[in-house]
Amino acid sequence: MDSFAFQAPTSLDAAVALLAEQRQASVRTQILAGGTDMIVQMRSVDRAPRMIVDIKRIPETRSIQLGEDGLILGSAVAGAELSARDDVAAIYPGLVEAADLIGSTQIQGRASVGGNLCNASPAGDTIPALIANSAICQIAGPGGWRELAVEDFVVGVGRNALEPGEFLVALRLPAAQPRSADAYLRFIPRTEMDIAVASAGVRVALDENGVCTAARVAIGAVAVTALLVPEAAEALIGTRLDDAACAAAAAASSAAARPISDKRGTETYRRQVVGVLTRRAAVIARDRALGGQA
Amino acid sequence: MKQQVSSTVNGEPVEFLCAADETLLEVLRDRLSLTGTKEGCGTGDCGACSVLLDDRLVCSCLVFAAELEGRSVTTVEGIATPQALHPVQQKLLEHAALQCGICTPGVVVAAKALIDANPEPTEEETRYWLAGNLCRCTGYDKIIRAVMDAAAEMRGATS
Repeated sequence: MDSFAFQAPTSLDAAVALLAEQRQASVRTQILAGGTDMIVQMRSVDRAPRMIVDIKRIPETRSIQLGEDGLILGSAVAGAELSARDDVAAIYPGLVEAADLIGSTQIQGRASVGGNLCNASPAGDTIPALIANSAICQIAGPGGWRELAVEDFVVGVGRNALEPGEFLVALRLPAAQPRSADAYLRFIPRTEMDIAVASAGVRVALDENGVCTAARVAIGAVAVTALLVPEAAEALIGTRLDDAACAAAAAASSAAARPISDKRGTETYRRQVVGVLTRRAAVIARDRALGGQA
Repeated sequence: MKQQVSSTVNGEPVEFLCAADETLLEVLRDRLSLTGTKEGCGTGDCGACSVLLDDRLVCSCLVFAAELEGRSVTTVEGIATPQALHPVQQKLLEHAALQCGICTPGVVVAAKALIDANPEPTEEETRYWLAGNLCRCTGYDKIIRAVMDAAAEMRGATS
């Protein structure tokens, strides 16, 4: 292939068929959602011609469905579109906050949660929030439809579990339990437009007495991929999310972290900070679940 | 292979041919001669190429022109009327909120989008909204004052 091509299929079937056809013809394809990572990469590190397949004209990638079964978030929904949905933010405030932290207003107008996940950066902000919310990836491909737990989707730096010819259609988040909420926090050295040094997403569910019955904790920017930390969740379950429990969860996150040292933070620093963020996110999620704040 | 694209730019129907990997920024400047939109970084960091795509603020350097089929774009050329500058443009002038001017078209488009979405922005909201519009001359204070003044004037004009 010596020049670029562009296609914008309007249905899932058409997209799957197009990708299969191009694969048969040995034409390289690349999926386009918001393009905020993809176009930059295509114009810097990897300029080779390919067929750009814009999935934004496929209705399933563009819809936000919130119902009794939970949330189905199309993979190409822009951050600004998600942020405008107060009904989603009421149930998954941490996820919406994570998406809202990415880039400027201009980037928000394009960048999608699905794209952030597929880009598979260790520091991708929505990834720990998705993991904390037990999100399931809905994937279309030549073998049909499949689902994959989001914590198994990112397999390395910039690498995801999509097979040739597959693409991410939507993310499915289970319905929220009563008295449950999530929170996401990241640390950056400035106030806006930066990449996480460390991050943590937490979702908790409480019983009538305020005792934690379920928890998910995920940490970001402290390993090759975002990590689910079951030990941190176990430290929370069965407690009232008091200081001792939150401190135990923090210690579990710090212990699970496998950070690198770079210009944005040393290994020791990141390990410390990811614990602090876990503790604070757990407190915010608890207070939200108790109805203290939306 | 060239893409044939039909879209609306500043309210006018426009047809153009472009390569599959051409950006909206390149088509605006090099094919449609709308050079008001500036290229700063080309990576979505600086906001100089800000335009409205179906009324949503985006960086035109991070949009493929081929995506425009059936969609509408507003550039800085579409903000003023033949009779008058947009209040944001007028206030940027009055506050001397520009020096070299490269960031200004992007600031105008972004500030218009802010006021359309939020007619009464606080200073904090204005600063966050415009965080993706880098200016290396003014130190931002004058821009922020001009935009808030424009919003105040537009509220006065509509009440």
